[in-house]
Amino acid sequence: MTEVWELSAAELGRMIARKETSARDVVDVHLSRIEALDDSVNAFLTLTPDLARATADDVDQRIAAGEQLGPLAGVPLALKDILCVDGVRTTAGSKILEGYVPPYDSTVVRKLRAAGVPIVGKANLDEFAMGSSTENSAYGPSRNPWDLARVPGGSSGGSAAAVSAGFAPLGIGTDTGGSIRQPASLCGVVGVKPTYGLVSRYGLLAFASSLDQVGPFARTVEDAALLLEAIAGHDRMDATSIPEEVPPYVKGLESGVKGLRIGVVSDWVEGEGVQPGVTERVRAAIESLSSLGAEIGEISLPSFRYALSAYYLIAPAECSSNLARYDGVRWGLRAPEAKDVVEMNVRSRTAGFGDEVKRRIMLGTYALSAGYYDAYYGKAQQVRTLVIRDFEKAYERFDVLLGPTSPTTAFKIGEKADDPLAMYLNDVFTIPSNLAGAAAISLPCGLAEDGLPVGLQLLGPPMSEGLLFKVAYAYEQARGPVDAPPLWGRS
Amino acid sequence: MGAIVSTYEAVIGLEVHVELATHSKMFCDSPTTFGAEPNTQTCPVCLGEPGSLPVPNRRAIEYLMLIGLALDCRIAPHSLFHRKNYFYPDMPKNYQISQYDLPLCVEGYLDVEVDGAERRIGITRAHMEEDTGKSLHVGTTGRIAEAKYSLIDYNRAGIPLVEVVSEPDIRSALEAQRYLTELRAILQTLGVSDVRMEEGSMRCDANVSLRAPGTEAFGTKVEIKNLNSIRSVSRALTYEIDRQQKALDGGDGIVQETRHFDENTGKTHSLRSKEEAFDYRYFPEPDLVPIEAGDDWIAEVRALMPELPRARRARIASEHDLTPEQAAFVAASPSSVQYFEALLASGTAARDAAVWMAGELSRALNGAGESIENARFSAADLAALIAAVKEGTVTLSSAKKAFQDAYTAGKTPLQIVDERGLHQVSDDGAIATIVDEVLSANEAEVARFRAGEEKVFKFLVGQVMKATKGQASPQVVDRVLRARLGNS
Repeated sequence: MTEVWELSAAELGRMIARKETSARDVVDVHLSRIEALDDSVNAFLTLTPDLARATADDVDQRIAAGEQLGPLAGVPLALKDILCVDGVRTTAGSKILEGYVPPYDSTVVRKLRAAGVPIVGKANLDEFAMGSSTENSAYGPSRNPWDLARVPGGSSGGSAAAVSAGFAPLGIGTDTGGSIRQPASLCGVVGVKPTYGLVSRYGLLAFASSLDQVGPFARTVEDAALLLEAIAGHDRMDATSIPEEVPPYVKGLESGVKGLRIGVVSDWVEGEGVQPGVTERVRAAIESLSSLGAEIGEISLPSFRYALSAYYLIAPAECSSNLARYDGVRWGLRAPEAKDVVEMNVRSRTAGFGDEVKRRIMLGTYALSAGYYDAYYGKAQQVRTLVIRDFEKAYERFDVLLGPTSPTTAFKIGEKADDPLAMYLNDVFTIPSNLAGAAAISLPCGLAEDGLPVGLQLLGPPMSEGLLFKVAYAYEQARGPVDAPPLWGRS
Repeated sequence: MGAIVSTYEAVIGLEVHVELATHSKMFCDSPTTFGAEPNTQTCPVCLGEPGSLPVPNRRAIEYLMLIGLALDCRIAPHSLFHRKNYFYPDMPKNYQISQYDLPLCVEGYLDVEVDGAERRIGITRAHMEEDTGKSLHVGTTGRIAEAKYSLIDYNRAGIPLVEVVSEPDIRSALEAQRYLTELRAILQTLGVSDVRMEEGSMRCDANVSLRAPGTEAFGTKVEIKNLNSIRSVSRALTYEIDRQQKALDGGDGIVQETRHFDENTGKTHSLRSKEEAFDYRYFPEPDLVPIEAGDDWIAEVRALMPELPRARRARIASEHDLTPEQAAFVAASPSSVQYFEALLASGTAARDAAVWMAGELSRALNGAGESIENARFSAADLAALIAAVKEGTVTLSSAKKAFQDAYTAGKTPLQIVDERGLHQVSDDGAIATIVDEVLSANEAEVARFRAGEEKVFKFLVGQVMKATKGQASPQVVDRVLRARLGNS
């Protein structure tokens, strides 16, 4: 018998709307599964059962009263603990925010509330979203439901692990350099990095403002599309928000890929450091799309070689400024007994931030310093322009680009923890989309030789989410159901 | 002094910070009310709560544009907000959103009159930034070093500021004063700021250096901070120019530094020296998009431009045949013009109106520390008083006294005249009685007058006026007194 927690969000939403089950029961089932298994996964930093049940009860009452609610009403969700929920502690995975309780809702949370989506908890992450494994969380790493000795990826590893583990059919993450797509790939779920400006950043604790974007996790393409519809849209509280209507993504899902031009990024598929099992699964996915009628070609994107370096100047530069507000004056941790304000700032920040965050603050401070700005930050912005141009040229020839999401499957906890550069290479295929402010999606394309999930990445120009969902959906249908992680055998 | 002045030429540039009078803050919709309870005019955005984002106040940008247009600046079609990064406890985000190398307004000028000659002061730029919070250090002295603890009021955090930076075209303290007075009048006329220095809505920093006249190269410059009134700017510059002259003459040279002006001593003194220059690590504010000022938007804002002070002064002077000084006073602000026009509408002659405004009204306002828009009684009340003087029912000196007392008491001048019986006494009989009293009380002086000491007459007139509290008609007193002294 299929368990309630195995069902897709779309299915659960339909059942709740038809009163075949109640939102309250759905929430309770997920909460008990979390209670039973999250000790071994550590997907959540804070559980919010009261909030989730209150939302569910409200949904049930409104449905009983005959109201027509949205398709996700009553469907549980894991929220990355970097988005503010009024009255719920928010840590960003950092000690420096210990005890911080925001006095307001992020726009995404406001929209989730409006959609009747119960938030079951705040999910673990690398501190301030800086990392690719959740090992940088001040509250311990999350574990991959496919192999508890391995990382779920990061930085949105908690959300990805929660969706993969059946703790919630939906998750919210943020993607600054791959932080949704890479953990989606490593955990065998769907993750979407929307166009910059499509989803409001208001209430998202900033890492790198020009790159950060909120996006959905789900186990199916349809669920991801439904969730993006619910959270996207113009927000007057975010000046970088795109003032356009959100098209209905789900409506166009089934229109197929016949005649669509798909460009395979050749440097990625066969690239240095790409695990053979990853290449093999991506090649199989290309075959599948080809047989569905897509026109497949190959493309090389030379500027992308510099994208990683540019990213590791721009993102730290912005973070060095964004994180300046954590100074012990108003929020979270304040070092006691300091003799003056400067010492209080220094000691609070020294005690509150982890190594990776400090490393990036230092990198960024240096890159913005007088005399170095042009050589580092300025040059990185020029690379960014080149990346955008290379993408534009590529989209003259192709509708969609394709490659792996991550060079490897999930690695062992501790394996790369002491080698920041090896860790940074996890993001080499995901970063270009962030630099270009463009859309991309990662979806499972089978298991590699090591029995771990591989992610297929589809990339499109800004505002191409509808197109990406369509291609992803066509592939997903052709692929058929994926294997479930071993954790599904436990309850 | 004269010899030394001719040895050097002062080179002065001013940076003026003006708080805009928008209803809401620069990047959020928190109100800007002055003097509210601490931390009541705040929201997540101006508190810099984690996750909050700035959204620019369109009205504030239009105010800046209006200032730029009034100063004949070029409005940049593409300008940017930058982040200025530095740690300061009352700055919520530890960076200030400001403008850096792409300000909205550039390359303008302001013409000012100094000693009858016109001087054109270049405007380098006018840009926009947000204000910080305010620290209150609780302890015996109110200074941070001795404080037991500090409190922060974020009401001011995020209030829009415009910074107007002049070229180093100013050559004396007087020119600086004229420049600031004219700039303030323009800002007042535009209605974009309260420009009240005592509330901190206009602040000024001055850069000053000296050089030999005729040379192009600048001398070493000193920045003076904490200039909270036009008078302070003038005093500080006068002191600083003198100090630099002496230092140069003494062969000491000038140290490039920031100096603080002390209101009490009138001196500038070196702030504790910074070991290194600040590096603000400016970079484009990624939470905001560029300001794209298209021709349509600029034209829309230009259409809001009121008559500027210079044009207003010229018009008022020629329309009412006033001296330039009178016109300058009457046309100082839109409110003073309104007051003037209301006086004329109530039948006061232009010259009388100007004289009263520049004299008694100005004295009363200065005494109360108020400005003309909240003058305690209407122009019609003053007009009635002026009319009473003209008709001879109140003497000028009684009228002036009634005016000042009325201002303090919050009544109309004529009410005071009635209450205190200040009507002019022209009745010969009543005055004769008082004259007789004065003469009998001052027999010695009467004798001296009769001995030919004519100046004693004035003293006796004074005694009569004193006895009548200034209400007696001077002509009648003169006539009666002469008659009495001649007769006896």
